[in-house]
Amino acid sequence: MMSESPAHNTDGEARAAAYWLLAPGLCWTALFCVLPMAVILLVSFATRGTYGGIVWDFSLENYGDLLHLLYGRIFGQSLLLAALTTILCLVMGFPLAYYIARLPPRRQAVWLVLVMVPFWTNFLVRTYAWIFILRTEGLLNTVLVKLGLISAPIEILYTNAAVVLGLVYGYLPFMVLPLYAAIERVDRSLIEAAWDLYADRWPVFWRVLVPLTKPGIVAGCLLVFIPSLGAFVTPDLLGGARSMMVGNLIQHEYLIARDWPLGSALSIVVLTLVTGAMSWYFRAHSAADRARRAS
Amino acid sequence: MRAQGIWLRSCSVLGLVFLYLPIAVLMVFSLNASRLSAAWQGFSWQWYEILWRDDALRTAVGNSLLVAAVSTVIVMLLGVPAAMGLERVRSRWRGWLEPIVLLPLVIPEVMMGVALLMLFAVLQMPLSLVTVIAGHAAFNLPVVIVVVRARLQKLDPRLLDAAYDLGATPWQGFWRITLPLLVPALLGAMLLAFTISLDDFIVTFFVAGPGATTLPLRVYSMIKSGVSPEINALSAVLVAISMGLVGLSLLIQRR
Repeated sequence: MMSESPAHNTDGEARAAAYWLLAPGLCWTALFCVLPMAVILLVSFATRGTYGGIVWDFSLENYGDLLHLLYGRIFGQSLLLAALTTILCLVMGFPLAYYIARLPPRRQAVWLVLVMVPFWTNFLVRTYAWIFILRTEGLLNTVLVKLGLISAPIEILYTNAAVVLGLVYGYLPFMVLPLYAAIERVDRSLIEAAWDLYADRWPVFWRVLVPLTKPGIVAGCLLVFIPSLGAFVTPDLLGGARSMMVGNLIQHEYLIARDWPLGSALSIVVLTLVTGAMSWYFRAHSAADRARRAS
Repeated sequence: MRAQGIWLRSCSVLGLVFLYLPIAVLMVFSLNASRLSAAWQGFSWQWYEILWRDDALRTAVGNSLLVAAVSTVIVMLLGVPAAMGLERVRSRWRGWLEPIVLLPLVIPEVMMGVALLMLFAVLQMPLSLVTVIAGHAAFNLPVVIVVVRARLQKLDPRLLDAAYDLGATPWQGFWRITLPLLVPALLGAMLLAFTISLDDFIVTFFVAGPGATTLPLRVYSMIKSGVSPEINALSAVLVAISMGLVGLSLLIQRR
């Protein structure tokens, strides 16, 4: 005999409860995330009124305007700076992640916390630290002049180099963590076998370690590239007039030029890029997952 | 092999130095007596005293704490049931609902900010602390859902089945079994949401109205008006607070 208990409720009833639990949160996200995205999609097809604001007619003018040389240059520059940031993070992050993954478990935990702590420090403060160090009268120039290495202060702040430095600094933990997770999972004996076979550093790295940790490399690159591409604070504070990135352009169109439709069209283009990259990653990821499970 | 070990080790130590040196420099120079802070001119607490007496800063801290507290309560009330719901819905639907729920995680912050700004403009809602709270709750909701769900997936379903077999109602099952087991995840999620809200600059920058200055907005305008030892001191305080919060969350997780 089955006992009468709520566990044996009809399936339909339990399912209905699940939707009721989910509904309030879903509504909040729909209202404050999905709806705003729909609004900017609509606005991107409208035109700018004489005094700012929105005139609701349908046109593709804004998207056409984006092909303008100036916007193209800023877009290209953003892609370039974000790519450079990603590569530098990978080059710096891989040895660090590899080192951590090969430590005894206890020390691994300590090192991971050490990598994470700066990430939990306010982003503005971390960016400000670089202003303090890099500016003309800043710490770096003062020290270099005192040591006699340079005769006059060098301009580093307000250049693209400062922006990339700030971005690498800000997003390095995003690279290290997925890399660590991927490297840690690699069977040690495989690496040792590779050492026996190749006995040289580079083939072991390129032919064994890189293919085995590829999911982690791709995840880390995405986690660094996406926020770098949409960066606003770093180029705003560390960059000069010529190091504007897409994030700054969007802010400029919304708050200063008050061309909301153009700003919206820009946002839609960036969003399409970002969500495209993410969904490609997730599809590739789940395909790889399925393949692994099938084998 | 040996040479490689030393090379790796020095690379990694250099990486950590890179991560910590700028913060350490700020903390040291917040104690510098000189206003032209690039050279060391002796020890002084004066910049901390100036901060302590800064009324605009106090208002900003108050606003930030209010926004963080209210938005955290909202995301906990919405997020915990949502995580439980998401675990139970039919898998066919989950494939559709999951991306929607997690959407705010993948949208770059600037876009989230301008999209909310447009929404409030179209709805003709005046910008204030209320709009800031709504925005913070929007980007923190998936954070809570992810953390709570990770824990829910690790719970042993037999515990709940056993409770039901002994005659517990679903409500009793939740209060007596699920909730106590979720406590570490709930504390972690709360701390995470609170910290992220407290630290947020970009979304706040777009949706805060006049008079709704939060701490990061205040820090930003201070930085924009130039380097000063007051900002060094403020930075040092903020760094100390975040390290304290990280320590606290580690303690909670250890339990």
